[in-house]
Amino acid sequence: MIVRRMYNTPNWGWRSPFDELELLRNRMNTLSRTLSGDTPHTRSAGVFPLINVTEDKDNYRVRAELPGLSADQLDISITGNSLAISGERKISEEDKEAKYHRRERESGKFSRMIELPDQVDGEKVAAQMANGILTVTLPKAETAKPRQIKVQ
Amino acid sequence: MADIQVKEKQESAPSVEQTTPGRTFMPAVDIFETEREITLIADMPGVSPDHLDIDLRENTLTLAGDVAAPESAEETHVLQEYETGKYFRQFTLSEVIDQGKIDAKLNDGVLRLSLPKVEKAKPRKITVQPG
Repeated sequence: MIVRRMYNTPNWGWRSPFDELELLRNRMNTLSRTLSGDTPHTRSAGVFPLINVTEDKDNYRVRAELPGLSADQLDISITGNSLAISGERKISEEDKEAKYHRRERESGKFSRMIELPDQVDGEKVAAQMANGILTVTLPKAETAKPRQIKVQ
Repeated sequence: MADIQVKEKQESAPSVEQTTPGRTFMPAVDIFETEREITLIADMPGVSPDHLDIDLRENTLTLAGDVAAPESAEETHVLQEYETGKYFRQFTLSEVIDQGKIDAKLNDGVLRLSLPKVEKAKPRKITVQPG
């Protein structure tokens, strides 16, 4: 008889009751990850602004939602492969006699540093703002690009 | 000024059923009122003016914004801290709004909506004629 143990199958005769709990937790994590889409939702660094980083063959793209900020209110710099984004979000003062019913929008200063996974060409980095979304395009350095190798 | 705090996007109440797939978020809003008007300011990053729908019917104000995925098909995520999706939020207004004077501006992903109140009927004195 062949006894095969499947991955994650509990041991017959548990070592401790907590093993089962651990297993359950792992399964719930996998389930919630599957339900929320294919891309793994990386735990946020908890620093404003929240960012998304994507890559294609030639570029990295860093995006952040910064509603109400115009291009000249942002300070973006690159050193090596660290990208720094800072600025201040201001909310205009309204009429003194205005009575607030809701106040959910936040204002204040922010600054954030992101380390890119690979070398980028700092000279060719471009940034643009459109409808409150910042997109920074960082071309990969030649050494970091995938290279096709021809088989002779 | 204090540092800005991270706020995760709030998903719309599940009671609002959507017919198209994708996630729906609640835009963060400021609402204030003066004697003349109610002003609503909403953060809707990614929404362009032609993809924003504002509707005032009876006394329900509906904001709906469509956001196209900013990523092209070739891009893969390396890090994802926020998700994108549509915006949807409804409000019930207690004041009567002058529909003809509503003004909406969308700049850099921020909507500013002015809802002027209907001018209250001026008190009119009625003199009783002796008959």
